[in-house]
Amino acid sequence: MLVYPASFLNMDFVLLGITGKDFVIVAASKAIMRGPTIIKAEDDKTRALNNHTLMAFSGEAGDTVQFAEYIQANIQLYTMRNDTELSTPAVGNFIRGELARSLRSRSPYTVNLLLGGVDPATEKPHLYWIDYLASLAPVPYAAHGYAQYYCLSLLDKHHNPNIDLEEGMKLLGMCTDELKRRLPIDYKGVLVKVITKDGVREVDFDNDKVVRSA
Amino acid sequence: MDKLVAQYSRPQHQNESYSEQEQQDLTESLPPLSLKFSLPPVDNRASFLRAMTDDHSNPSCPIKLAHGTTTLAFRFQGGIIVCTDSRATAGNWIASQTVKKVIPVSRLSRGEDKPSNDPTPGLLGTMAGGAADCQYWLRYLSQQCTLHEIRHKRRITVAAASKILANLTYAYKGYGLSMGTMLCGVTPQEGPALYYIDSDGTRLPGNLFCVGSGQTFAYGVLDSNYRYDLSVEEALALGRRAILAAMHRDAYSGGFINLYHVKEEGWVHHGFDDMNPIFWKTKLEQGEFSNVTSEL
Repeated sequence: MLVYPASFLNMDFVLLGITGKDFVIVAASKAIMRGPTIIKAEDDKTRALNNHTLMAFSGEAGDTVQFAEYIQANIQLYTMRNDTELSTPAVGNFIRGELARSLRSRSPYTVNLLLGGVDPATEKPHLYWIDYLASLAPVPYAAHGYAQYYCLSLLDKHHNPNIDLEEGMKLLGMCTDELKRRLPIDYKGVLVKVITKDGVREVDFDNDKVVRSA
Repeated sequence: MDKLVAQYSRPQHQNESYSEQEQQDLTESLPPLSLKFSLPPVDNRASFLRAMTDDHSNPSCPIKLAHGTTTLAFRFQGGIIVCTDSRATAGNWIASQTVKKVIPVSRLSRGEDKPSNDPTPGLLGTMAGGAADCQYWLRYLSQQCTLHEIRHKRRITVAAASKILANLTYAYKGYGLSMGTMLCGVTPQEGPALYYIDSDGTRLPGNLFCVGSGQTFAYGVLDSNYRYDLSVEEALALGRRAILAAMHRDAYSGGFINLYHVKEEGWVHHGFDDMNPIFWKTKLEQGEFSNVTSEL
């Protein structure tokens, strides 16, 4: 049996997801690192799958974008063929299935994902935490990489499912502040996208704030 | 007249200290920092010990060390808060859920670990890393502190005590000691003082430290709510909440929350409480931990 140690994956990536009353915030770090070098500092580690679903990804170089665009293409194909959009839970389960299938192949995709979406009819937010072993978990907030170690305890304390977008952004600010304070890696700030019933949009985020340690 | 007074009077504390010669004798009678231990008869003892104890790279290693902890201490306006979990693990095995990871370090307070409202004078040390190393060397430190007290007729400063321990861990660097400890105390010379000392020989003064496998989780809560001007009640609650966060997320932390407050007159114990009811109280009354669902 093949065993994939957790260190297989690049832990330096920061992926964060926060849900609220009627929105999902997805934040992904902008840096791409190879060894000691940052080879790109303005990367977008997200792909929109349809009008109201966004996927953020991290993991093995090459696998990430290949897998994301494969999923993106298949979701778009489904939409065109059936003239209807898949719901976020449906997309989540499709992705899980593809990852599970890939995991049992000779060269599996080693990609970790966050999938966020808002149902346009009910305005209910959905966030899924998906890892490269094809676990799928619906969660109110999520993180991948080292961000998990710092941000989950913080979100455990400060998150509540009924927050509005402004409070959600404040919560994200607390998370990035903590990462700036304690992570010894410069991940070059985060790209922030918000999903509401009206679709996916990028929002401005202050990545230049200086955070002082206690 | 002044000359006459000076001739027949002495400064108030003149007789309290020792002469140069006496001091010399005292220094020479100190035990050597490197105590004599029997060591394995191999060339490279450090790598031998690592091969015997490192269950990360070798799951079938013969000696499993007790590891995994969350401990924290922070300075604030009202003194120092010290808080720990109580779980001891050896590999994946939970060896104990009732470990006392806060160790009083001083002659006066040793053995008085009962909850009490009267402050107990002395320093506090925390225990992370190898349980035996921490217990042994903090006891050794306690002994040195007591000797200091007898020799110099005043309590040791936290700076001096932490330096004894740091010099010791540095002397044994590479021999495989495993400890991360925080020393806390309030002394007339320093005010509230907090030092971090580890088995690499690091010694750092600071306002806020978390040590152990659950440190990141504790930092997450602590950093976002910490202010120096916290009230005593707020500080106690924050210390407890930060440890709870780590016990909830870190598999190697758990059990009971052990909480101390160090102030000018000494330290006060604020309970050794089961985390479980505290977790559910926090979840149900404060609405936190929204990812945990209580319905089936």
